[in-house]
Amino acid sequence: MGAGGSAVSAIATATLLGFRNALYGLQMAPILKVKGLKRILAAQITIDESTAVATLQENDADRRRGFYVTGIGVFVFWNLFTFLGALGASAIGDPAVWGLDAAVPAAFCGLIWPRLKNKTHFIVSAVAIAWALLLTPITPAGIPIITTVLLAVIFGLKK
Amino acid sequence: MSAIWIAVLGASFTAFLNKYIGHSVPEKWLNRPSFMRINALVPIVLLSALVGVQTFANKKDLVIDQRAAGVLVALVALKFKAPFPVVVISAAITSAAIYNWF
Repeated sequence: MGAGGSAVSAIATATLLGFRNALYGLQMAPILKVKGLKRILAAQITIDESTAVATLQENDADRRRGFYVTGIGVFVFWNLFTFLGALGASAIGDPAVWGLDAAVPAAFCGLIWPRLKNKTHFIVSAVAIAWALLLTPITPAGIPIITTVLLAVIFGLKK
Repeated sequence: MSAIWIAVLGASFTAFLNKYIGHSVPEKWLNRPSFMRINALVPIVLLSALVGVQTFANKKDLVIDQRAAGVLVALVALKFKAPFPVVVISAAITSAAIYNWF
C-alpha cells in the first residue's frame, strides 16, 4: 500500500507470500502431531526459520524442540522489533546503515547450506535463484518465490 | 475503519489460514514417496528464491549493491564452516561498511 496499491491487492499479495507457510505446515504436521488449540499455536509460529531449523535436526524430538524454540523466538522478537520500529523508525533510520539488508539473506544462506547434500540440491538451489530473479521484474511480489515450488515438483518427480 | 486496517487485518487472517490449512492436511495424503521427495526440496527452493530476491531485488529492479558483497562473505564463512552468528554478523558488517563508506 506504501507503493500505492489497494487494500485488496495488499491482502492478495500477502496471502501469496504466506502460501509457502502452508507448505511448511504440511512438513511440520506429521512431526508435531498436535490438535485443537495446540495446532492453532503451532500454525501461528510456522515460518521459514522455525521449519528450517526443525527439518535440519536428526530426530523428531529435536525437530519439535527446534520448531518451538525458533518459532516462539521469531514470534517474540519479530513483534517486539516491529513495535519498536513503529515507535521510532526514524531513530534507527535506514536498515542498510546497520547491514541488516544483508543479514537477512545471509541468515537464510546459513539455513540452506546444511541442506545442500548432493549435486542435485546445488542445481535445484541455483535454478530456484535464477527463476526467482528472472520473474522479479515481470511478476507481482510473491510470484517469483512461490512458483519455485514448481521446480521442487519437477526435480522431485524426476528421480 | 481505514483501508490500511482492512489490509492489515485481512492479510493477518489469510496469513494464519495458510498456516492452519497446511497443518490440517490429512497425513495419509502425504505418505507417498514422490510427495516426500518433493517436500524435501521445498525448503531448498523457497529459501534459495528468498535469498536471491533479498540480495538482488530492489522493488522490481535487479541490482548489485552492498547486499551482494555481504551475502558473498556469508557464503565464504559457510564454506569455512563458521558458526551461524559469525555468518550473519560478517555479512552485516561487510554490507554496512560498503554502504556507509562508498
